[in-house]
Amino acid sequence: MSNGQGTPLLEMRNISKTFGPVSALKDVSLTAWPGEVHALMGENGAGKSTLMKVLSGAYVADRGGQILVDGQPIHTGDPKLARECGIAVIYQELSLAPNLTVAENVFLGREPSRSGMVSRKRMFDRTRPVLERLGIDFAPGTLVGRLSLGERQLVEIARAIASEARIIVMDEPTTSLTDRETERLFGVIEALKEHGIAIIYISHRMDEIYRLSDRCSVLRDGGYVGTLDRGDLNAQKLVSMMVGRDLSTFYKKDHVLTDSPRDVVLKVEGFSDGRLVDNCSFEVHEGEVLGISGLVGSGRTELARLIYGADPATSGKVWLDGRDVTPKSPREALANRIAYLTEDRKALGLFLDMSIGQNINMSVLEKDARSGGILNFPAAAQRAKRAIGDLAIKTPSARLTVGALSGGNQQKVLLARLLEAKPRAIILDEPTRGVDVGAKSEIYRLIDELAREGLAIVMISSELPEIIGVADRVLVMRDGHIAGEVRAAPGKPVEQEEIMHLSTGATA
Amino acid sequence: MTDATETQAQAATSEKVKTAIMALGMLPVLVILAIGFELMTGKFLSINNLSIVTQQASINIVLAAGMTFVILTGGIDLSVGSVLAASAMAAVSVSLFPDWGMMGIVAGLVIGLLCGLANGSLIAFLGLPPFIVTLGALTAVRGLARLMGDDTTVFNADLPFAFIGNGTLFGIPWLAIFALGTVVVSWFILRRTVLGTWIYAVGGNHEAARLTGIKVSFVLLFVYGMSGLLSGLGGVMSAARLYAANGLQLGQAYELDAIAAVILGGTSFVGGVGSIWGTLIGALIIAVLSNGLILTGVSDIWQYIIKGLVIILAVGLDRYRLKGGART
Repeated sequence: MSNGQGTPLLEMRNISKTFGPVSALKDVSLTAWPGEVHALMGENGAGKSTLMKVLSGAYVADRGGQILVDGQPIHTGDPKLARECGIAVIYQELSLAPNLTVAENVFLGREPSRSGMVSRKRMFDRTRPVLERLGIDFAPGTLVGRLSLGERQLVEIARAIASEARIIVMDEPTTSLTDRETERLFGVIEALKEHGIAIIYISHRMDEIYRLSDRCSVLRDGGYVGTLDRGDLNAQKLVSMMVGRDLSTFYKKDHVLTDSPRDVVLKVEGFSDGRLVDNCSFEVHEGEVLGISGLVGSGRTELARLIYGADPATSGKVWLDGRDVTPKSPREALANRIAYLTEDRKALGLFLDMSIGQNINMSVLEKDARSGGILNFPAAAQRAKRAIGDLAIKTPSARLTVGALSGGNQQKVLLARLLEAKPRAIILDEPTRGVDVGAKSEIYRLIDELAREGLAIVMISSELPEIIGVADRVLVMRDGHIAGEVRAAPGKPVEQEEIMHLSTGATA
Repeated sequence: MTDATETQAQAATSEKVKTAIMALGMLPVLVILAIGFELMTGKFLSINNLSIVTQQASINIVLAAGMTFVILTGGIDLSVGSVLAASAMAAVSVSLFPDWGMMGIVAGLVIGLLCGLANGSLIAFLGLPPFIVTLGALTAVRGLARLMGDDTTVFNADLPFAFIGNGTLFGIPWLAIFALGTVVVSWFILRRTVLGTWIYAVGGNHEAARLTGIKVSFVLLFVYGMSGLLSGLGGVMSAARLYAANGLQLGQAYELDAIAAVILGGTSFVGGVGSIWGTLIGALIIAVLSNGLILTGVSDIWQYIIKGLVIILAVGLDRYRLKGGART
């Protein structure tokens, strides 16, 4: 279907986009055939979002660039025209009204009306077949606020279909979905393909690309690198296309646990919160990386937050180097050298209006302060400078607002803040979420280094290859309790299947 | 990666420009208003009139400084006018004790601080919404102020601290000195202390602040305490100017001018962004408008309408100018 005859549904030709002297896109071309999933990959900042904004009409393409739908050129920079031509973009930040029903959202702004009166019945009647076509089983009258994130995404897709979209762009649609919801989304994507709809699918996840895409194009630094057909897809190749260099050692594990038993640094005992976490205990040794795997909703983040004192626990104790340090607040945890990296860096981690330097120094301001709580600017500048160098944060200045950085560099800023507090044990919650391949590799290297320095590290991750590649031991959580432990034996690495069995409850 | 670094260098430069624009903020509006009124009346920029303007502005500057602390954390303090009235009542009443007259200043400040700490405790420790708590305080403290003088005006013709309201130091009115002093101290706290950075952090991202180990409750208690204390100072200044205080009339709707000054000054209503210098300029704009409109002989009714529209227009222009930069 990808190399079909005739005219492609969508053709973007020689698209460039410059902002002042900065060129964000250079001469990029992309085609999509009916019924094709065309994956788009690239590091953060490679130009994927800019390209999609040109497609959706948010930006005007520079002179020379052309967009053709059904072989007909259309004006760029006209969102209304783009919609009329059947181009729909499903953004990561969902744009639904939670207080309205599914049907009302599907027809939002285009309510079927008779002389100004909205007909609920007609709206419901017209929503039903759309939902059926996509194999979605909830009623049109359901309030969107009651749906999960994954289900809301399906409503967004239904909305696009109801407005007769033929080209649908999905920008990292699975980031916040559970595995089951992801499966459901993939089912819907299959249904869309059968109806001849072209899908441009942006993702960082290799397994999704393998599974879904008919072709995969890679952008790097605003330029087009190449397109691979389904048969030629290969992780090494894609990664090297994305970063422009060979990454033969993607995961790095130089810290080796010797046979001689090491001291337990962090000991967690009997944590429950009466809701999502049920009697969880584990130990982490000096220089060890303990992975915590499990499906979304299995209670991993909730457990981490209990250990860090961020939420109240009904029971549970934390020992650090044999001392009871059970924290009642994050402040106490930090004072006892336990640090936590949040999974949601923008909502729960960064101060987006503040500078990189301020963000890095935020937890040590008191420690560095002169008497009377007066800020110590030289000390702060020094810390910021050293951290930017140590973690290779790409920025011309520590005074830049942290919001201006790419996802990977923002994550490094958070990690820098964490490390400035000189922790003995750290809990990293999805440390590479929404981070590009290059930065991922650097974060793995950093984790490895910290382990060699003797820190006790807990890493929560949804990506199985990552957790297997980085952790020494993997605990699997299911329904709020620890379902089991998987560890590598000499000559027998941890298998993804073992972890999946434990997390789903299927017998091995 | 040269493009990426270029982009970032670009971002750094545009960031600097943005910061400069932010710092400048409403200053051009203030200058244009002053020149405009001078051209219309010919007497606006006289030393004598400017001295009157600063005196008129000074109490609002003090209240708005406290309001800046609160709004920077994403909160609001609607009770400042009532707290000012209660503090003024306390200050004048205590000044009537023979030989202890100067203690009136302390009494005013303490009442203000206590009201602020009460607000702050409810907000910081019980997690009640600031709008509701301070709306309640607006009414309750107003009642308290009336109660203190049995709902009458208290006078003290020999007010021992009357110099604050009417005296000058080297030709500069004491009111203006207090106002400027408040601004400088506020600037120091906000920009030069750990606490100040925490205030911005709590307003910028409340949950991240907590997870970073910042004492969020302490920060909230502090900003409402500060707002109360400065309302108390405003009460002392009012009392010193009038030799009297009235629990019913004093400070009515002062919270609105204070909020307007903060917002005119470019401080974000959701917190985390803003500066005390902006607030100073915002308060001066309001004072210049009031004074200038009186000088031009515009009727009282139209003064209200024009003042309101100018505030909306000025903030609208500001948002338009910074579109894509600061948040509202």
